[in-house]
Amino acid sequence: MTQGKKALLVMGCPEVPVQMSIVLYLSNKLSKAGYDVTAAGTDAAVKLLKVSDPESHYVQKTADLDQIISDVVEKKIDFDLCFVFMHSDAGMTYGATFSAISKARLFAVIFGKNAEELANTVDYPAEKIMAKATHNPNPLKIKVDKVVL
Amino acid sequence: MSCVEQMKYTILLEKTSFREAREYIEKNSDEVYYVEPGYKIFKDYYIIGVPPVAMGARGKELLFTYVKPCYGAFVMAIDSEEEIERLREREREKIMASLKKGGLKDKAEPGPASFGDMWKK
Repeated sequence: MTQGKKALLVMGCPEVPVQMSIVLYLSNKLSKAGYDVTAAGTDAAVKLLKVSDPESHYVQKTADLDQIISDVVEKKIDFDLCFVFMHSDAGMTYGATFSAISKARLFAVIFGKNAEELANTVDYPAEKIMAKATHNPNPLKIKVDKVVL
Repeated sequence: MSCVEQMKYTILLEKTSFREAREYIEKNSDEVYYVEPGYKIFKDYYIIGVPPVAMGARGKELLFTYVKPCYGAFVMAIDSEEEIERLREREREKIMASLKKGGLKDKAEPGPASFGDMWKK
């Protein structure tokens, strides 16, 4: 039973194309499973999302990344699931931060040309969803579909 | 935008990995303190990082890591005796808590009188 449960999608730098595709796909999947989904990111990432989904079919709630971190640290909000998208050291660092501040079940969604090397640096408690994908989202989509929620 | 970007700051290291930023602080500070991710500094900046997150004091300067999703980690310095004192106070409290739990009790016991005594235990 997932009704009333909350999921957070933490978007990293939006420069790698597969991220937006998988964020929309995963949000839709989680919403259909009954999760209340929030996608958080930088101003640019949120703008990309809103233009891609103008009528909020796939993502109903968006948030500023800094604000979400503040709210989780101050215990104003927390989530049951948290997916942190990462293709760089900065993304991995945000994952470590959520691992420390949130009680959510944490997933590190690792992609990009250096996905394998990056996955080796994720040494905090997180379930890794990894594919060496940059333009073609299917390898990452297949990994996402294998996750048992 | 956090308050940090509106303050008078110096960038000591830019667009690097978090590990390198941490090592820079450890090597270039007079005092180093470790905090958990989410530690709040100034009005509204919550530290992003991989534990242990190093913060440094160098004279009046507070050295800390600042992470931006698209640019990586930075080491920034901002004059703030208040934040440095808060780190020192936090460290004192940690030591006091450790003493209350008897954390230093073992260390206070006298050491072995000779090399041979080491093996008697």
